[in-house]
Order: sequence, then structure tokens, then C-alpha cells
Amino acid sequence: MSGKEPLLSPKNLRLLTDPLARNNPVTVLVLGICSALAVTVKLEPSIVMAISVIIVTAFSNLVISLMRNYIPPRIRIIVQLVVIAAMVIIVDQVLKAYAYNVSKQLSVFVGLIITNCIIMGRLEAFALGNKPWPAFLDGVGNGAGYGFILIVVAFFRELLGSGTLLGYPVLEKIGLYKTGYVNNGMMILPPMALITLGIIIWVQRSRNKDLIES
Amino acid sequence: MKGLRNYLDKIKPNFEKGGKLEKFHSLFDAVETLLYVPDKVTTSGSHIRDAIDMKRTMIIVVMAMVPALLFGIWNAGNFHFQSLGILQEKTFWQVFGYGLLKVLPIIIVSYVTGLTIEIIFAQIRHHDVPEGFFVTGMLIPLVMPVDVPLWMVSVSTVFAVIIGVEVFGGAGMNILNPALTARAFLFFAYPSEMSGDKVWVAGLKGGEGIVDGFSGETIMGYAAGGKLEQMPYSVSDMFFGFIPGSIGETSTLAILIGAIILIYTGVGSWKIIASVFAGGAIMGLLLNLFAVNEYMALPFWQHLIIGGFAFGAVFMATDPVSAAQTEKGKWIYGFLIGFLAILIRVLNPAYPEGVMLAILLMNVFAPLIDHYVVEANIKKRLKRLKTLKA
Repeated sequence: MSGKEPLLSPKNLRLLTDPLARNNPVTVLVLGICSALAVTVKLEPSIVMAISVIIVTAFSNLVISLMRNYIPPRIRIIVQLVVIAAMVIIVDQVLKAYAYNVSKQLSVFVGLIITNCIIMGRLEAFALGNKPWPAFLDGVGNGAGYGFILIVVAFFRELLGSGTLLGYPVLEKIGLYKTGYVNNGMMILPPMALITLGIIIWVQRSRNKDLIES
Repeated sequence: MKGLRNYLDKIKPNFEKGGKLEKFHSLFDAVETLLYVPDKVTTSGSHIRDAIDMKRTMIIVVMAMVPALLFGIWNAGNFHFQSLGILQEKTFWQVFGYGLLKVLPIIIVSYVTGLTIEIIFAQIRHHDVPEGFFVTGMLIPLVMPVDVPLWMVSVSTVFAVIIGVEVFGGAGMNILNPALTARAFLFFAYPSEMSGDKVWVAGLKGGEGIVDGFSGETIMGYAAGGKLEQMPYSVSDMFFGFIPGSIGETSTLAILIGAIILIYTGVGSWKIIASVFAGGAIMGLLLNLFAVNEYMALPFWQHLIIGGFAFGAVFMATDPVSAAQTEKGKWIYGFLIGFLAILIRVLNPAYPEGVMLAILLMNVFAPLIDHYVVEANIKKRLKRLKTLKA
């Protein structure tokens, strides 16, 4: 490690903040869509999922970066998979032990973090060619970028689909149902997750014109 | 009238380029061309040049819907008073008036919501207000149950115009039929307002003073529930439309009058209409052949006059934007709509009516059909060229 560079130099800080907006793995790179559709019905599992993915991307990036000079290129994919799988199993076990209900709600999707393209993509594109600390930051950043979108989508889906936020009946408390309002059943269905995501992408691109492909 | 024209001419420069109200040009243009025949003609694209412009075309479609609309308005009153058992005491105008009070708000809400969004997008994107919503705004009320809450009409119109049309680049670029998008949204978002036996007759949900034994169940409901023999409606009821259902869909006769207007003026494709009916009839025949229950044994021609089949075939499938564009493609597109509609209707118990889903599905496939029709044509001509050369 270059001892002179401060831990959070502007360059490193960009690794952390870039994936939140300009290089968002979900809305710009369009990775990790499947789980974004599956777990965003409620806010709580989405938050847990977001944290799990941040942990897995950050630590697998760190581990792979530490090993990057010893991994033979021809078997690097399988090595990466082993590392990711180990991380995912740890996260899964922790969830089962300390947040059993959420873990049941997330069911297979925690296990399926292994197949989340963002993680493999970051290992291939970043961790294999960078030092551990930047790789770790990159992992946190990308996990957070993914989690941020997940939480935004889940916020709207839970609020409009079930009328609650984190299980708290917001719309009932402000008395919206008395005016004849009915929960939107379509928000609970997977297509609406895709459409909500599409709207986020639309908004982002109309504000950031250089993201639009020619 | 002269005064209005003069007034428009007087304020027109304000909306031209450089005028102080330039921002609102699209709004001015919409009002002016609605009132008067516009003085500009289409200059780009491969359009056939004709005296008729988009607005007149759209108005013909709206006119074709008028019979179905008028019947729907009367039928709304008819079933409301029938459910209360006081139909005999009411005059025709009382029945029609009641229906008008129920239907008119839906039409107004649909137009106001849709046009507001269209105008906002026209302002943002600096183009004229497109004409497409003339038709969509009228189609949406016609496919709604009469008792639908107005805010739901508004929400589904917003969804249809933004997600169904504007994200693809505006009217003319949409993949799906916007009116059906609105209906599909309502169907999946608020199923309790769009299905069951209570929503099709005005006032039935409140349930006050309803005559014993009256049921607002549609024919589709009877059929899906396996109680066809209890159905109180005759075949002529189905054809003339004395049955509960969405506002505009019940009377096959009124829809056929609309179809004649569309075909005579050349606005709607007769190939699509004919092939939807053909597809439905063939699927119905197939089901008749392998009938294992009463619904499958329902005579195939009756399928064509119940539910939204005729309405979908005449007004929804023929939408020139979302339908197949090639002539051969239109046959395939229409045939598959009819075929799938009856298939979904009879064999999938979750969806008592399949026309909406069949049309939306085929909307998605229409570009693919066109692609293969064009490819086949190219291949055919290449072959001809080769034999000529040889």
C-alpha cells in the first residue's frame, strides 16, 4: 500500500460515491435486476438485502484483491465464486441466527446473492487489478449503489402496494382509506418493480443527459 | 363564428416563434386545429397526402363509438332500475338520464386527466398536442365498469398515458394500446373494482333495496363459475346488449354499426376485424370438438357476442399504432388475437375474459410478425430475381 496516500483521498472517495449515482450498478449498468425485482415488495427485507450485498461485495472485493497476485488467471472465476459463496454463507448464517423472520422472507434470495452479477462484475473489473483498500471501498460503493435503488423501489412499492412503511400503517394513520383510497394491488406484483425501476432510470437520464446512449 | 376566427387570428402572433407566449404554442395549436381545419399539411414521412388529417381520422373513430356509448349509457340505467325492481315505472329518458349521470363523469375524468398529461408533455418536449388521446379518452370509459370510482379512472389514465405512451416517445410510438393499458392496470391494481358480480351494475355494491334474486353477474362470470344453465339471458339479449358488462362492450349490434363506419371510411382495417372473429370462431369450434364441460360446449358463435370480444375486435385490435402494419401481418395478428382470447377465456379460470390480455400480448408481438412478413417478402423477391437471371 502506498503509505503516503490518505485513506479517504478524493480518488478513493470517488470510488465510494460514483456508484451511488453516475455509475450506479442497477440503473446505469443494469446489473442485479432479478433480485431487485424479487425482494422489493417490502422495505424491511430490502434494507436487509442491501446491507447483505454491501457486506458481500466489500469483503469479497477485499479478499480477491489481497489474493490477486496469486490467483492463476485460468481458474480465477472459480476462485472468485468460492470467495463469494463463502461470504454469502456467512451472511446467510448470521441472518438465520439473528434475524430469522427476515431471513425467511428473503428465502432463497440471500443464497442467490452468489449469482448477483454486480459482485462478479466488480471482482473481475476492479478487485483483480487494484489494491485492497480501494477495492474494499469500491465494493462498499457498489453494494450501496445497489442497495440505494433497492430501498427507493421498495419504499414506493410498500407505501403504494400495502399502505405501510416498515410494517407501520402510514396511510391508515393519516386517514387516507376513509376517503375511499384503496391499495394498489399491482405494486405488489413483480412487473411494477420493473416499471418503478424504469421510472428511476428515466428520471436519472433526463437529468443526466450524457448517460443517454446514442 | 367569424368573430372567433378573427380573435384566434388576432392572438396567433403571440404564440408564433418569438412571440411572448411562445411556450404555449402547442396549447394554442391544439385549440385552433380542433375548432378549424388547420392550414398546414404533413410535410415529412411517408404519409399519403390527403385532405383528411389526424384529427378528422380520430373523430371518425369517436363517431363510430357513439352507438356503443349511447347504448351503454341507456344500459347502465336499465340495469340499475332493474336491480331495484322499478324499471317499469321509469320512462326511457329517466333511464337514459340516470345512465348519463353515471357515465358522463367517467368520460370527463378520462379526457381531462389524459389531455392534461399530454399537454404537459407537449410543453416539455416542444411538440404539438398529439391527436391520439381523442380516441383513447373515449375508449377508456367504454371499457370500465359503470360503478368504477372516478379517482381510479384518473390513476389508470395517468398510468396509461405516461407508462403506455409517453415513455416510448409519445403518441404513435407506443407498443401497447393505451386504452387497454389503462384497463389492464385497473384490473391488476384494483381487482375488487374490476371483477366479481357486484361492479357491473350501478348501485349494486351499496346493496340497498336490491330485488331478491337479482344478480349482476356477467355472462363471463356465469360461464367461469360453471353455472351457465342458471344464466337468465337469451342469445338475442347477448346480441342486442341487454346484459351487464363494461359500459360500451355489451351490445354487439351497436359495435357492429361502429365497425361498418370504420370499414366504410377505411379508418379501421377490415382484415383485422374479420380475422379476429375468424380466430375466435375457430378456437370456439376446436373447443366444441373436444368439449368436456359446459363452457367448452358453448356454441362457438356465441363466444363472439359475449364479453368484450366484439368491442376488442372492432375498436382495440384495429388501433393502427399498436397493430401489425403489413397486410399479411394483419391477418396473422388478428387471427391470433381471436384465437388466444377464447383460449384464455375458456381454459384459464383466473381470467374470465381473455380479450384484453390477448390483444395486449399480440400488440407486443405485432412488430415481430411484421418483421417476418417483410423478410419473407424479401426472400420471395430475391428468389424471383435469381430465376429471372438464370
